[in-house]
Amino acid sequence: MFSYTIRRLLMLIPVLFGMTFIVFFMIRAIPGDPAQVILGQLATEEAINSLRAELGLDQPWFTQYFEYLKQLFTLDLGESLRTKTEVSEEIWPYLAATFELSFVALIIAVVVGVNAGIISAWFQKSWFDYTAMVVALVGVSMPIFWLGLMEQWMFSVQLDWLPPSKRENVKNPVETITHFYLIDTLIQGRMDQFIDVVKHLIMPGIALATIPMAIIARITRSSMLEVMRSDYIRTARAKGQKMFWVVYKHSLKNAVIPVLTVIGLQTGLLLGGAILTETIFSWPGIGRYIYNAIEFRDYPVIQSGILIVATIFVMINLIVDLLYALIDPRIKYN
Amino acid sequence: MSETSVLQVNGLKTSFFMDKSEVPAVDDVDFNLKQGEIIAIVGESGCGKSVTSLSIMGLVPHPPGKVVGGEIIFNDEDILKASESKMRDIRGNEIAMIFQEPMTSLNPLFTIGNQIIEAILIHRKWNKKQAKIKAIEYLKLVGLPRAEELMNEYPHQLSGGMRQRVMIAMAMVCEPKVLIADEPTTALDVTIQSQILALMKRLNKQLNTSIILITHDLGVVSEICERVIVMYAGKIVEETDVKTIFESPQHPYTKGLIQSVPDIRDKKSRLYSIPGNVPIPGSIKQGCRFADRCDFVMDKCKVETPDLITIETNHKVRCFLHQESEENTL
Repeated sequence: MFSYTIRRLLMLIPVLFGMTFIVFFMIRAIPGDPAQVILGQLATEEAINSLRAELGLDQPWFTQYFEYLKQLFTLDLGESLRTKTEVSEEIWPYLAATFELSFVALIIAVVVGVNAGIISAWFQKSWFDYTAMVVALVGVSMPIFWLGLMEQWMFSVQLDWLPPSKRENVKNPVETITHFYLIDTLIQGRMDQFIDVVKHLIMPGIALATIPMAIIARITRSSMLEVMRSDYIRTARAKGQKMFWVVYKHSLKNAVIPVLTVIGLQTGLLLGGAILTETIFSWPGIGRYIYNAIEFRDYPVIQSGILIVATIFVMINLIVDLLYALIDPRIKYN
Repeated sequence: MSETSVLQVNGLKTSFFMDKSEVPAVDDVDFNLKQGEIIAIVGESGCGKSVTSLSIMGLVPHPPGKVVGGEIIFNDEDILKASESKMRDIRGNEIAMIFQEPMTSLNPLFTIGNQIIEAILIHRKWNKKQAKIKAIEYLKLVGLPRAEELMNEYPHQLSGGMRQRVMIAMAMVCEPKVLIADEPTTALDVTIQSQILALMKRLNKQLNTSIILITHDLGVVSEICERVIVMYAGKIVEETDVKTIFESPQHPYTKGLIQSVPDIRDKKSRLYSIPGNVPIPGSIKQGCRFADRCDFVMDKCKVETPDLITIETNHKVRCFLHQESEENTL
C-alpha cells in the first residue's frame, strides 16, 4: 500500500508535466497579446515591442517554456502580469474561497445524495423512491446559472432571507487569517460574522451541490439495489439483524465503491468547474480568478491556476483509489 | 428422542404476485418437526422447498412474495402473525438458517469474527469479549483449524467448505431450536459434502437441534435424515421415514426421483430421468400436478386433485393409485 502510494505520487510528475505543456501552448495559441492588453488599444508598436521584450514574450516559445519549467522547479509560480504580485501570494484567498464553497457543496451533495439513494433503494417503488428519482433527474438536467438566478429571485428578492451574493457582508468584513471564513470567524469568536458567512454559503452551496447530489443519489440507489439482492444480505437478515443495520452496515459498505468513485470525480469538477456558480454569486473563487486571467491574457496566473486545480484533482482521485483498499479487503495494491 | 414437536406447519400457502396474477409457490403444506429430529424436504428445483423455508423464517421476498394462508406454530405461537420485531428475535436465535451458496453468503467486507460476533450480540446482552470467546468456541466446534486467526480473516481467504462451516458456526452460535439448511452441500465437493453432513449430524446429537434439510439430493437424505417429505409443484406428495422412502416409495414422482439417482455399479443402462419439467407454478389449474409426467396417469388424474392420505402409520401419499386401493379395501 505504501509503495503503491509512492508509485502513484511519482506518476503525478509526468501527468503534471504534460499538463504544463498543454496549458502553456494552448494559452499561447489563443489570439491576443498580453502586452497589447496591458497597454491598451492605442499603444504604439514600439511600446508594445519593448514590453514584450521585458516580459520575455519576444523569445521563441520553447525558450519561454524552458524558462517557465525552470521557475516551476524552484517552486516559483511567477508574477501576475496584471497585478505585478507573486501568483503564489495572490492565489491563496481565491483557492480558499473555492475550497470553502466546494466543501459545503460536497457535504450537501454527499449527505443528501447518499441518503436519498439508500432510502430509495430500501423502499424501492415507494412514493419516496419515485419522488427522489424524479427530483434527481431534474437536478442532473438543471442549468446551474438558471437555478442560481431562481434561488436569488426567491430567497433574496422575494423573501429577503439570504444575501444574494459575495462571501461576506461588505459593511462588516471578515478579518482574514486562513481565508477560510468559517474558520476565521470562529477563531475570532465572531458569531455574528459566522452566521453571516453561513448565510452567504447556503445558496451558492446548494446551486453547486445540485448536479453532484443528483448523480450521487442515482449511483447510490442502483448500487444499493444490486447489493441488497445478494446472498449475504439475506444471511444478515436471517441472523435477526435490524433492517436499519442490514442497510447501513452490510449493504452500504458493499455499495459504496462506485459511489466513492463518483464523489471523487465530482469533487474535482466542483473545484475546477465552479465558475458559473462563482460568477452568479460574485464568489471570489479560483474559477473566476482564472477566468479573469484568461481575459487579460495573464499567462502566469492561468498556468499556475490550472496546474494547481489539476494537481488537486489527481490527488483526490488517488485518495479515492487508496480508500478502495481500506474498504474492500479483496482489493490489494502492489 | 423426545416426541414434543418444536415446529408445526399447517396449511402453509405462499404465493408470488406477478402482474396482478397470483402464483402459488407453496400450496397447503403441512408438516411437523419434532425435537432433535432431522427431516428432509426433497424435490426438484422450483417445487417450493426454498420458499417453504423462507416462509418459516419470515424472509419471503416481499414484494412479490407473500404468505397468504396457514399457520406456523413455534413455541405455542403462530409466528406468521408475529410482529417483525418478534420475528427478528426468533431469527438466528431460535430458528437459524444456512444457505446453498457459502461463497456468497458471507459479507465479503467484514471479518469472520465480526460476522459471528454480530450474530451473538444481536440476541445476547454480552460484551464483545464474551462474544469473541463464544465465537472462537463455535469455530472450533464446527471443526475449523486455527480458529483464533480465522476471526481476523475475510471470507475470500477461505475455501467453500470452510465458509460453509463458518456459516454453520454462525447459525448455531445462539443454540437455535431449529436449523433450516437450504441445500447446504450443493455447492461443495463430494468429499467436503459428507464432512458437512457429518458435522450437522454431530451438532444435531450434541446440541439437540432439530434440522430441516432442504435438498434435491437423495444421497444426502439417506446419509443423515430420519423422515422425508417429498414436494412437487408446491405440494407435499409423499411423507414417510427414510427407510421406507428408499425401499417402497409409493408416489410415482418419488419412484422417479429414486430411479434417477446414479448407481455406480450399473454401467449398462442409461440413467433414468423423469420426462418433462416441473410445471411453471400456477400453470396447472386442475387435476394432479404430476399428471403430465406420470407413467401411471389415469383420466381421473387430469380432472381431480388427489388428497394426501395416510396409507400406513407414518406414510402419507398424494396419489389416486393409493386412494383407489384404500377405497377398495374399505
